[in-house]
Amino acid sequence: MIERSPVFNFVTYAAMTLGLLVVLVPFWIVIVAGSQSLQEVSRVPIVLWPSSHLWENIQTAWARADLGPKMLNSLIVSIGVTTGKIVLASLSAFAIVFFNFKARMVCFWLIFITLMLPLEVRIVPTYAIAANALLPFQVILDTLGITGLIEAVSSIRISLEWNLLNSYTGLILPLVATATGTFLYRQFFMTIPDELVEASKMDGASPIRFFFDVLLPLSRTNMLALATIMFVSSWNQYLWPLLITTDRANYGTVVMQLKALIPAQNGTPDWNVTMAGALIIMLPPLLIVAFMQRWFVRGLITKDK
Amino acid sequence: MERRAYYRNGVLPWLLIGPQLILVLVFFYWPTTQALYWAFTLEQPWGGGNSWVWFDNFLAIFRDDEYWLTVARSAFYALCTTGLSMAVALFLACFVDRALKGTKIFQSVYVWPYAIAAPAAGVAFRFIFAPQSGIVGSINHIWPGIWDPATNGVHALIMIIVCHAWLGIGYNFIFFLAALQMIPRSITEAGAMDGARPVRRMFDLQLPLIAPTVFFLLIMNLISSFTDSFGLIDTMTEGGPVGSTEVMVYKIYFDGFKGLDYSGAAAQSIVLMLLVIALTFVQFKWVEKRVHYN
Repeated sequence: MIERSPVFNFVTYAAMTLGLLVVLVPFWIVIVAGSQSLQEVSRVPIVLWPSSHLWENIQTAWARADLGPKMLNSLIVSIGVTTGKIVLASLSAFAIVFFNFKARMVCFWLIFITLMLPLEVRIVPTYAIAANALLPFQVILDTLGITGLIEAVSSIRISLEWNLLNSYTGLILPLVATATGTFLYRQFFMTIPDELVEASKMDGASPIRFFFDVLLPLSRTNMLALATIMFVSSWNQYLWPLLITTDRANYGTVVMQLKALIPAQNGTPDWNVTMAGALIIMLPPLLIVAFMQRWFVRGLITKDK
Repeated sequence: MERRAYYRNGVLPWLLIGPQLILVLVFFYWPTTQALYWAFTLEQPWGGGNSWVWFDNFLAIFRDDEYWLTVARSAFYALCTTGLSMAVALFLACFVDRALKGTKIFQSVYVWPYAIAAPAAGVAFRFIFAPQSGIVGSINHIWPGIWDPATNGVHALIMIIVCHAWLGIGYNFIFFLAALQMIPRSITEAGAMDGARPVRRMFDLQLPLIAPTVFFLLIMNLISSFTDSFGLIDTMTEGGPVGSTEVMVYKIYFDGFKGLDYSGAAAQSIVLMLLVIALTFVQFKWVEKRVHYN
């Protein structure tokens, strides 16, 4: 800090407080409105001070949007995506960084190109593949003539089918199939000195042993960062779950339910219930970000740069 | 990425990388190829597969004035959200970078919007901006009918842009702050000794030095505003009033899943993909030339 003038310090605090208001006012309004009764929330202008109805509003929202099972679904999907991503990303980055095999660079680019196109952009065809995830293999078998061959030999017609609609796998797998985590792990593995690899080779450790006993313990921070980022982003998914679950009662996630909480055009404007619902739905990722900040900030910066 | 020490093994790397490759093949390459196929074919009205139609689907959407309106709207939307969000984040990061006492608290709160689901923010902002309710809507009591996003397209678009920009503050702030903190103190001090005041240093020293980050965020924000807007628009306006907040992603969803026009939606997807790829490509080109300060 160079300027020590009290005036400039005051300006700094004033600006930061202004920023605090910009960021916090929406949260504040959600909490305030969520704690008011219908009469209070409909008052114009609204009183920006919490009232005492938060708990009953939460209960109403919980019942109206059936949040219990939906919370569980969201949790299953988020944990599934997070674990799946960490496992796959660390393994594939390990292969790319520490093994020398012919198709290494091809694999590298095959995986990293996926960073380019977010799921939203290719949503229609991805939805089509979810109806039968094994279709690509069927086509490969068909074009190679294997299907015909097997049919001639054993008179069994191979028709692979795996429908992912309305299932946890369908909610999870397409979100795991991107390169974000792999990239993060790769960046980290590149910083591991060659000497460490040599030393463990000299000690007679197999690659698997090296992975579990050296790499994994070293990359714990990395893992926490990735876990935070993935949990938040998968909890907050909206478009994909909306498409893949036609059976909302059983496989809906909480974020999908937000729309059901919005008051109808000509119905009772009970925004207090909507806001109470929004509050509990946004709370889990917010808590994680607030508590994991130190780790995830570092991870985010290495991931994207 | 060459290492001197590595493992040699015929099968193991394939076992390690296999699952990821299969997933990427099934959920990325296959759908993308499929989109290309659909974009160049048209489904027969009474079954019997798709017929190859070359660029007809593209010509159809390019001839549609409404499509161009959507593209223009998306571009406007992307520029506004990007500009607004980055300006706020940079402003905050510059002051936080002074590291006065207690800054840590401010700093951690600024990150919060990153954690919020777009539809949740959409619902909250919809209430905040609702013409009948008592926050922004209060001004309707003083001047009746001056604010109404439910019927006025411009108001609706402003509402969504503000919300999207707010959501981006956390992410942008993290990157700006990290970049600012990487600038060596000695440079700032040298500038100060030469008599440069904070604002002057901001424009002549810090901004040029964090140019790579600014550029990186510019591209990331543009991509995200072109692709991530669905959750907001669906909860706030559903593309209305009368299509005035319909952006490219929403139109793809609407034509594809509500209109069941896969070929048209696929052609639109391809256009959006090319746009995103072009932006990413610009980004990569820049990264090669980026500034290093040691």
